[in-house]
This record gives sequence, structure tokens and C-alpha cells, in this order.
Amino acid sequence: MADTAPTADARTAVRKAPGARTPRVGARREPVRRSPTAPPRSFVWTRRIVLTLLAVFTATPVYVMLSSSLKTLDDVTGSFRWFPGDLTVQPYLDIWETVPLARYFLNSLTVAGAATVCSVVIAVFAAYAVSRHRFRGRRVFTVTVLSTQMFPGILFLLPLFLIFVNIGNTTGIALYGSRGALILTYLTFTLPFSIWMLVGYFDSIPRDLDEAALVDGCGPLGALFRVVVPAATPGIVAVTVYSFMTAWGEVLFASVMTNGETRTLAIGLQGYATQTQVYWNQVMAASLVASVPIVAGFLLLQRYLVAGLTAGAVK
Amino acid sequence: MRARRSAPGRPALRRTAAVAAVCALSMAATACGGGTSTSDEGSNEKPKELTYWASNQGSSLEHDKKVLTPELEKFEKETGIRVKLEVVPWDSLLDRILAATSSGQGPDVLNIGNTWSASLQATGALLPWDAKNLERIGGEDRFTPAALAAAGAKGKPPAAVPLYSLAYGLYYNKQMFRDAGIDEPPATWDEFVDVGRKLTRDGRHGLAVEGGNPVENAHHAFVFGKQHGADFFDSSGKPTFDGPGNVAAVKQYVDLLASDGIAAEGNAEYGKNESVRDFATGKAGMLLWQAAASSLKSHGMKPDEYGVAPVPTRDADATGDRAVNSMVAGINLAVFKNTDNLDGALEFVKFMTSDEEQKTLNGTYGAIPPVVAAQQDAAFETPDLKVLREVLTNSSAPLPQVPDESKFETLVGTAMKELFAEAASGRKVGTGAVRDRLTEAQQQMQK
Amino acid sequence: MTALDTPHPPHPPHPPHPGDAAPADGPEPGRRSRPRPRLPARLRRAGLPYLLLLPALLLELLVHLVPMAVGIVMSFKELTQQYIRTWGDAPWAGLANFRVAVDFDAPVGEALLRSFGVTCAFTVLSVGLAWVVGMAAAVLMQENFRGRGLLRALFLVPYALPVYAAVITWSFMLQRDNGLVNHVLHEQLGLTDSPTFWLIGDNSFVSLVVVSVWRTWPFAFLILMAALQNIPRELYEAAQVDGAGIRQQLRRITLPSLRPVNQVLVLVLFLWTFNDFNVPYLLFGKAPPESADLISLHIYQSSFATWDFGAGSAMSVLLLLFLLVVTAGYLLVTGRGRKHDG
Repeated sequence: MADTAPTADARTAVRKAPGARTPRVGARREPVRRSPTAPPRSFVWTRRIVLTLLAVFTATPVYVMLSSSLKTLDDVTGSFRWFPGDLTVQPYLDIWETVPLARYFLNSLTVAGAATVCSVVIAVFAAYAVSRHRFRGRRVFTVTVLSTQMFPGILFLLPLFLIFVNIGNTTGIALYGSRGALILTYLTFTLPFSIWMLVGYFDSIPRDLDEAALVDGCGPLGALFRVVVPAATPGIVAVTVYSFMTAWGEVLFASVMTNGETRTLAIGLQGYATQTQVYWNQVMAASLVASVPIVAGFLLLQRYLVAGLTAGAVK
Repeated sequence: MRARRSAPGRPALRRTAAVAAVCALSMAATACGGGTSTSDEGSNEKPKELTYWASNQGSSLEHDKKVLTPELEKFEKETGIRVKLEVVPWDSLLDRILAATSSGQGPDVLNIGNTWSASLQATGALLPWDAKNLERIGGEDRFTPAALAAAGAKGKPPAAVPLYSLAYGLYYNKQMFRDAGIDEPPATWDEFVDVGRKLTRDGRHGLAVEGGNPVENAHHAFVFGKQHGADFFDSSGKPTFDGPGNVAAVKQYVDLLASDGIAAEGNAEYGKNESVRDFATGKAGMLLWQAAASSLKSHGMKPDEYGVAPVPTRDADATGDRAVNSMVAGINLAVFKNTDNLDGALEFVKFMTSDEEQKTLNGTYGAIPPVVAAQQDAAFETPDLKVLREVLTNSSAPLPQVPDESKFETLVGTAMKELFAEAASGRKVGTGAVRDRLTEAQQQMQK
Repeated sequence: MTALDTPHPPHPPHPPHPGDAAPADGPEPGRRSRPRPRLPARLRRAGLPYLLLLPALLLELLVHLVPMAVGIVMSFKELTQQYIRTWGDAPWAGLANFRVAVDFDAPVGEALLRSFGVTCAFTVLSVGLAWVVGMAAAVLMQENFRGRGLLRALFLVPYALPVYAAVITWSFMLQRDNGLVNHVLHEQLGLTDSPTFWLIGDNSFVSLVVVSVWRTWPFAFLILMAALQNIPRELYEAAQVDGAGIRQQLRRITLPSLRPVNQVLVLVLFLWTFNDFNVPYLLFGKAPPESADLISLHIYQSSFATWDFGAGSAMSVLLLLFLLVVTAGYLLVTGRGRKHDG
């Protein structure tokens, strides 16, 4: 084991060099570049046109979601109109009655929240091990974990389900249908990418820092929590956002692994398409309600995200 | 771990705590809910509770819950058995049943689409309704023979008992008929196309079809096939999708949109009951649907605005199979074999199929009770239900009760969806094209 | 670090990179100056990483690796509806499931091959377009201008929206009779003679690509934008002094500097897009049009709708093999994963 240690330290030495660009700086400062010469007019016009088109392309579905959620059912199922004929907030009141949306919302929140917390904690430990330690099997571990990213979900949907059921049968812990099963599943889905990003981030944190902490008498975990984790905040935020989003949006596994009690928003929204008709205005209203927290959170944290990616994934 | 002995105390302690915290976190995630043991055969371990999966019959999941909860409370009062209800959307019902089957962790009692009866019967997960079990709910004579015929393969005890019965009818818009000078609904397909052409004007169409919905397509393929003297499975259960009669049947149905042009091209895309909406809002004058009353009502169409007639046949005086103008549609009630409250489950089925519950529930959902005694109730004497009841009793046939039935629905229905798409985009859909699709579907059955 | 994560320094105008693997040999000052730890402590140190990895490892085993192994076993079984209840008793099918899946003259194999072709075409187009759009936006937004922050926030929205909410909205917009797309193309602009079908028939492929690009380009944008911030401004200034125009700057500085990022980004986008289940499922339902029959949905349909989990698993295994080969080949060609320590 000991013979791998110099390698690690050698890496650190190189990493110390561009210390000025450590992520902590990037997190606070929005890098603003101004060229000494102003860009040519043609460039400015290209920029205007391309970005405007892109903005329209991006925003249209969001606008449709919003405007349709304010329409009456007749209006929304009739020919398309850009603006609601009669503005109504009724869909926002009805969505809670047509399906138990509040329960689905709470389920999604519980599942995504728990999966995210667990995933980030576990990923931090794993990434710390990979980044700061050289040990046998390190490469096998990283390659294996990362390669799971290419597994088609459909291949292990049924096996995973059966495994949960068997665990339930042998241990008496009812996993199938429980939020716990979904939490375990989602947290594992996000682990590979999270570990990968955090390793990249941890690698960019000067090793001096935690070694100083080690010298000061902190254990390796003390160094991790007192030094590395605070320094890696943007990376951890990025991973948190990524994990939460993944868990909040997953459809396939939720469709098989939940029941009426534990159904998440992803599946619950199907409930607005009923035997008699599709309540399109309610679908849109409920979609917005399901989107607002995540989009708001994402936009609030996007600066961290960019900084986290800059230092983590991008390197 | 051995190394920890000689390690300085504090960090080791902290590390242990941290590891414990991680373990606790991952354990906490798994520790929700209590355990249930599953045995293969039914038992009476939990005589005081039942889990019931209901299918979505009303205008929303919550609506179904509101309808069923008082009835379940009544049952609890009578028997002391508490029923845990979950209304499962149709989209996920079959997957959920499959999951329950493969895991042995499912409900005690559940609704199934009656066309799935034989498929699910083949899995061996459902309690067979042999004479002894049927006796406990009053005997098989209580049910209409047609409904019971759609509850499992011939010669085997039914895999479920009928709960709600439905039949296809021809719904027509009275006002549109009057405006076009049509006195009575068409009885043959020639008349039907004629009427359809007359109604097709000013942006309205004669007929609305659900071309993008494989299940609906497959149902129609079956009925049209019968009228052409063709079956989709032979007597040994082998698929016969591409016989001349089958091809003609499928082509005839697709042609309603393609060459007859009495259905709007856009119908090829419909898969979310848009055709019901089009009919209810007067965009189409006719609709072939099963028990549409409550759907039409939810779209604001009043019962006196539409009439219901039997679905046409090829000749007015057709007999036997050629006179079949509906499948036996409906919902069956099944018991999971490995229930841990077998007696309670049977008791619950008895309750749900009792005359009184049958009247209440079928009345609410606009369906016809498959229980003979309940059918006689005045509530089912409305003009539309009378027609549908007649069809069900006299000229309906159950979809093939073979284990591969759900494959048939998927494959043939999807092939027809593609044919509709081709027709709607202006391509000619000839006999050859139809046959090719059906041959391909059939070959996928055999793999 | 990892297979995906030790980029080569790109062409000349690239600074030393903190993530680049350092020479693995050679003495290290920091190391020499520290006293060697006593043996038990070293042992402890050796055990620590494994302890830290343990939770991640257990979860990966439980949720990814063991189920995958079970899935592979299932692909050799005749797991039809007769056996799903007691699937341990299902008879071994040998290679039968695989033989059916790769018999491209028979309908099942033919359908699988067609679905595979559709998926490849879809992936190439979708990843390519997402990258181009993301790149264009990132480059155009490299310089500050008024409204840049707002625009950036807007551009990230599709990525942040839950996939079901976004795709359901698209399916609403793509309806033939009452959808926004035809309203604009047909009624307002008069570009088509009659309303177009977007959710059935051949055009559904176009819809699929558009929706997929709409969802994934913000991710490319986000990563590339972050990467662009790492390119030192001095390089551009020097190039400008040399009289290089914007196009030349792009070719000589931006693209080479982004190469390592792009290699990872394209791989990630490829894997996500190729395995995409959500977009086609939410857009078209369980029976997608042939032209949009992506492989994940095809396999789902082959296992769940026809209740043949053995055949479905065999197809999944083939898909996995293909992805493994492509990924390994990609990593070899792009020269990643060669330089490794640990």
C-alpha cells in the first residue's frame, strides 16, 4: 500500500500550482470577461438572433404550461390559442381533488430528499477515499461504479424489483412498494456521477490543507469534515442538485415500485388522464406545481452548479 | 478493523460514529413498513383486513374512491373486515398485477379487465373459481352466461367473477341526424358509411374513432373479424391473424377513416379518449363505444341528446357469429391465490356481487350488472342500457380466452395504429399492406 | 483518477491543468519531510479507504450489480407468463432468447434491428444537435452583455424541469388538431398545406429529436459554459494581438481547450440519450410509432406487454454489450483511461 503514496503526493504538487483558480474563488466571483476590443457588429447580431431564437425555443413549452393551466377545460381541449379565453385559477384548486396530489408531492419530497442526503453523504466518503487514498482495487472500483452509468434501466428493473421482494420475504422488511425501496434505488442511481464529480472536485483542493489538519491532530475524517467538505461546498451543492433532480424526475422505476400510498409525482400526474377524459388544464397546473420547487432551487443554486462543474466534472 | 485497537482513541471513535451514521442512514431508508410473510396458497392469517385494487371506472381516481369508500364501510360494518382500497389507473394496472404476480406481494382482491382473464389465469396467481368457491358467493347461476364466458379459458374454472358488464353500442347525435334528414340509426355497415358521409360536412365528421389506441383497435378487429367469419385464434389457441377474413375485417375498420373518409384524419392520433370528446362536442355524429354515458355526461352532453343503437352488422339479417356486434366487455373481480385472508376475500367478492351492491355500483358507473337479479332493476331500464343489455345477452362474444390474449391486443392493436397513421398521412392502405402488418404481428406471437 | 477523468493536455495553448494526471514516479518533497507512520497506523490507514467506500459499494452491489447479474441469468431462461409467479422454476432456454433476438430475418429480430437503427440515428442526431446548440450558446454567451444572467437562467430551465412535466407539455403542443406546433406552422405561418401529424407516423422521429434536444442541450451548455471559464483570457488577448478573428480564435483556442471536456460530455450525452426511456414513453405511450421506437421502450414493450421477460432480458444484455464495446472503443480512441494510477 505504502508504495502508492508518493503518487498521490505527486499529484498534489502539481495541483498546487494553479492555486489561484481553485473553485472557492470561482464560486463567489462571476467571471466577467471583456475583450480589450469590442466584438464586431456581425458577431453581436449573430448573437442577438441566435440567442433570441434559442430563448423562444426554450421558453415556449414553459409558456404553454403556464397559459394552459389558466384555461378552462373547454378552452384547453379546443383549438390552440396563445392566450386563455377566460382566465381562471380553478385548475389550481381542482388538481388537489382529482388526484391526491398533496400526498404525491409529499412522497416525492420525502423520497428525493432522503435519497439526496444519503447519496451526497455516501458519495463524499467514497470520493474522499478515491481522491486522497491510493489503495488496491481503487481503479476497479471507479471503473465499475462509472460503468453502471451505461446499464439500461430496463435490464435491471425487474431483477431489482424481485430482489427487493426477496429481501422483504427473508428479513421481514417490506421494501416493495415502500418509499425506502425507491430511496435506495435513486440514491444508487446518482452515486456514480456524484462520486465522479466529487473526486474531480476534491482533487482540485490543495492537499496541504487536509495534511495540515492531519498534523494538527484531526483524524482523516476530521480533515474531511473540517477542511475538505467546506472547501468543496460548490461541488457538493452541484451534486446535491443533481441527485435531487434525478430522484424528483424518475419515471420507470417509480411506475413499478410504488403503490397508491407511495406514488410519486412522476407517476401521479398520469392520474389526470382518466377513463373519461384528459384534464389538460389540470395536467399543466399540476406540472407547474411539480416543477416550481425544483426549478426555483436549481436557478437559485446555479452559480454553485457552474462553479462545481467547473472544478469537478469539467476537469 | 483489527487495526483500530492500537489507533488513538478519539479519531477512531469519531470514525466509528460516522460509519455508524452512514449505516443508520442506509438502514433507515429500508426500515419503513412492517413485514408480511407470503405463502403460496391462501390462508386466513389476517382475518380482519383486506387489500383491494379497484380499476379506474369513474371520472377520476378520487371520484372512484368517493364512490367505493361508503360501500367498503358498509362491508366493514357487516363483517368487521377493514378493506384497504387503492384505485389503480389503467395505464399501470397490468404492470402492477404482473409485479404482484412475480413477487407474490399483491392485493387480496382486485379488478381486472375481463379480457385479461385467461392471460392471468395462465400465471396461476389467481384463485380458481371452482364449484366450491362459486357456491360461497351464491353459485354460478347468479351471473349471466355471457359475462361468465369472459372470465377464463373454456373448460377451466373461471379465474375471476364478473363485476361490471359493458357492451359496445353505436352512439349517435340526435340533432345531427335530424339535421341531415336521417330518421333512424344504420343497421348495416353500408348504411353506416352512407349515414357517415351525409354527416361529414362543415368540418364535422360522421364518426369518431380512437385510432391511436391499440386496445380499442383490437376490440374492433375482433368484432369485425367475427362478422367476416374470422377468428384471431384457432381452436387450439394458435394465432390466425392474417387469414383473409381477418385482413378484410381490419381493412374495413381502418377504411372508415381511410377510403370511406367518414372519420377525421386527426382521429388516427387519438389515444386518450379524444373521440368521446369529439362526439360529445358535436364534432362527430357517431361513436362506437362501450357504456359511454358517464363519460359523455362529464363532457356536458345530456342523455336526451344522443341515442344508442346496436353496432351494425354486414347484413341486416346476419345470424350466428356474423351477427356478433360487440365483445363481452367488462371488469372482473379476482382473488389472489396467496391471500392471507381467504375467507374474507370470498366474503368481499360475495358482497360486491350481491344484488344490492351490483345495483349501486353499476348504476353509478353506467354499466350493466352481470348479476341476473340485479339487471332487472328499474335503474337499468333506460333506453341506452336496454340496448346494451340486449346486445350483451344476444349478440356479444367474449374475446378469445387464451393465455396470449394480451399479446394479441398489443400486437394487432399496434399494427392497426400504424395502418391508421399511414392512411391519415395520405398513403393508400390496400389489402396487401394490411396483410403484411398482420402477418408480422402474428409472427411476433410465435417468436 | 477515473477512466473518464484524466484528460490529456490539449494542444499548445493550454495551461497546466489541475486535473491532469501528474507523473506517477519521482520523489515528492512533501512526502519525504514527513516521518513514516508506525505500522499499526499504516494498517489503519490502509483499511480506512475501504471503510469509506463500503456504503457506496454495498449499494452498488444491491441496486446495480446483483440485479444486473440476475438480469443476465434471466436472459437464459424461458421466463414467460407461466413462470413469472415461480420464476426460479423457469426452464433454461440456453441461447434461444438470444437466437431469436439476433435472427434478423424473422420479425422479432427484424423489429429489434429496426429499433436499434432508429435509436442510433436518434442518438447521433440528438447528441450532435444538443452539442452544437449548447456550444453555440456557450460561446455566444462567453462575453458579458446585458441580460446575460437572465438568459442563462432561462436556458437552464429545460434541464431543471422534471422530465414528465416537460414532455407531457410537448405532447400537448404536438397534437395534430389542437396543438401549438401546427397552430403556428399551419394556421399562422401557412407553411404546410394541411396539419401535420407529429405523434404518429414518420414525423414522430422528428418530434422525438426536437424534444430530446430541447431537454439535453442545456446540459451541454452548462458544462461547456463552465469549461469556457477555465480558458485563460490571456490566450484570446494574445490571439487578438496576432490579428486572429473570432472564427480563428474559436478554432485555435476554444475548441482545442475544450477537447477533454467534450470527450466526456459527448460520452455522457451518448449514454443518456441512447438509453432514454422517458421521452418516448411520455410522448407516445406504450405503443410508440415505428419511426420513434427507441430501444429501451422496445425492450420494455417486449418484456412487459408480451410478458416475455427472458426475451426482454436477452435484448437488454445485447444492448449492454453494445454499449460496453462502444464506450471502450471510444475511450481507447480518445486516449482516455490510458494514463492511470492507483
